[in-house]
Amino acid sequence: MAVRIYISRDAAAQALGADETAAALQLAAASKGTSIALTRVGSRGMVWLEPLVEVENASGQRIAYGPVTADDVPGLVKAGLFDAAPHPLRLGRVEDMPWFAKQERLTFARVGVIDPVSIDDYVAHGGYAGLQRALSMTSAEIVHEVLESGLRGRGGAAFPTGIKWRTVLEQDSPRKYVVCNADEGDSGTFSDRMLMEGDPLCLIEGMTIAGIAVGATKGYIYLRCEYPHAGHALREAIAAARARGYLGADVCGSGKAFELEVRMGAGAYICGEETALLESLEGKRAEVRYRPPLPAIKGLFGEPTIINNVISLGSVPIILARGASYYRDFGMGRSRGTLPIQLAGNLQRGGLVEKAFGVTLRELLYDFGGGSASGRPIRAVQVGGPLGAYLPESQFDTPLDYEAFTAIGALVGHGGIVAFDDTVDMARMARYAMEFCAVESCGKCTPCRIGSTRGVEVIDRILQGVEKQANLVQLESLCETMQHGSLCGLGGMTPFPVMSAVKHFPGDFSRDR
Amino acid sequence: MAVTELDNDATLERILAEHAGMEGPLLPILHALQETVGHISPAHVAGIARALNLARAEVHGVVSFYHYFRQRDPGRHVVHVCRAEACQAMQGEQTEQHAKRELGVDFGGTSADGLFTLEAVYCLGNCAAAPSVMVDEKLYGRVTPERLTAILADWRNR
Repeated sequence: MAVRIYISRDAAAQALGADETAAALQLAAASKGTSIALTRVGSRGMVWLEPLVEVENASGQRIAYGPVTADDVPGLVKAGLFDAAPHPLRLGRVEDMPWFAKQERLTFARVGVIDPVSIDDYVAHGGYAGLQRALSMTSAEIVHEVLESGLRGRGGAAFPTGIKWRTVLEQDSPRKYVVCNADEGDSGTFSDRMLMEGDPLCLIEGMTIAGIAVGATKGYIYLRCEYPHAGHALREAIAAARARGYLGADVCGSGKAFELEVRMGAGAYICGEETALLESLEGKRAEVRYRPPLPAIKGLFGEPTIINNVISLGSVPIILARGASYYRDFGMGRSRGTLPIQLAGNLQRGGLVEKAFGVTLRELLYDFGGGSASGRPIRAVQVGGPLGAYLPESQFDTPLDYEAFTAIGALVGHGGIVAFDDTVDMARMARYAMEFCAVESCGKCTPCRIGSTRGVEVIDRILQGVEKQANLVQLESLCETMQHGSLCGLGGMTPFPVMSAVKHFPGDFSRDR
Repeated sequence: MAVTELDNDATLERILAEHAGMEGPLLPILHALQETVGHISPAHVAGIARALNLARAEVHGVVSFYHYFRQRDPGRHVVHVCRAEACQAMQGEQTEQHAKRELGVDFGGTSADGLFTLEAVYCLGNCAAAPSVMVDEKLYGRVTPERLTAILADWRNR
């Protein structure tokens, strides 16, 4: 019988040599005369252990080895890899590793486990149970279930998903759309990418449920063009779902139609803002829309539109399958359920951790992240992408909770955490925040378009030691204008990283250079 | 502006025909065109505008809005170096400077041998294995200056 082997096809694993490892294993098996069945799966999220190789042993357990480079393969095979034999790189079962065992994997339950584009694998691991249940419910019941789960928009805005759905349901229109915002542009975030590559059918099922719930028959996944791997996985998975009747004119014989299409972005961060994304889908410059009207009332092509982030939609199948209360029982306060957290930047053990809300930054940085990769003290952490505040060590005990973060002038956002060691220059990071805003501004409103460029200039003067105090006052006033006068979050939130850097790391701005 | 060359542009005509009847077809058309031809020319803009009943200014406005669309052919390979925070936290700036030195160009430029166009990118979603670089569709993690030299050498030999 062939030895079952699993290696990730996730972009991060490929970036660390997973394809080369897979090829080396095929070669080693062939020359040894061992028959192997190699499945390319998603990533378990332990990026520091990629390329991770899992071998099924005689009792059907998956034994992990990592990181396994192509150069390690001959030695491993000689030591008995195909029999899951001991070796310094042998990690045991992934589920037994503390890093993994301490997580609550709901949305990411299948990622790294199944063949991402196999309907049979998906269904065998609980997939499409949510859709089957949804098909037995009324529209109002489905929407109520999502509302009751407490799910809030995982893209960053944390708006209750069920309220968006209810608003679209209430619209009397023959044409409605479901749009997935897969323009995951925040630095330090990759959970959308990992879900789309590791369990694309989960997103597809979530969108199908959304369509059935509100009476939309067409869905679009707007995917950033920096994610070609996710595009391939999604297209394969959509074709597989269509071939088996999970998409199309008659979803699972229900008589209800739902079709899905992937559309590629073109390198514009602003498309993460939902109205800019809709403009882009319509074929226009991605300029932010004024609101009202809300997209739920007048969205894509002027029709009622559900627009949700990948993780929001990807959390819907388990909510429908297990019930709202199952999901709601995780979390704290008004932040219900789990959040796929991304540990990034200068950390020893970077990757994806799915935890119920309430876990503290310190636990994430040290218990999971293992401290800095460089071995130096962690000085600052940016949570929530380029528009998130920089937090100093004194705030590391803040629990991951939307309200707790708002209270300290920070944001959870999409759950990305970027750690910096003590070599970081926070004045330069503040300058970068303004520079990024200038590069990515859509140009529609003045505070963002002009303010960001002026911001770079003001910080440059501070860095050059020109009238430091006066320019710091100027910077604060500029940030205030941007925060209150911008049309969307790009200009409105760029002040968060800038002013938090000034507030928590004043020495970096005042010292002579 | 060589608008007249449009009449011979069978590629554009084919792409336009393939996208007929699609909702919001402009970005898919531009993607298909750039993938096939390598760039989007003023003649293409005029042809697309005519087919979609848009003003040329509108199509040009879209082409120039998005970082990804280019109006000139790039080098044989496009090297995207990530400049975002997670990569900066892992000394990505050194990789960025090294790329510029090694290719002898700034962002947006093409190396003298025509092999590589260097582009800045703001996040490749590989933030747990920073710094990140993408050459065409191939992603690389933990790219130190030394590793970048090896990667570029590998692509030169392809």
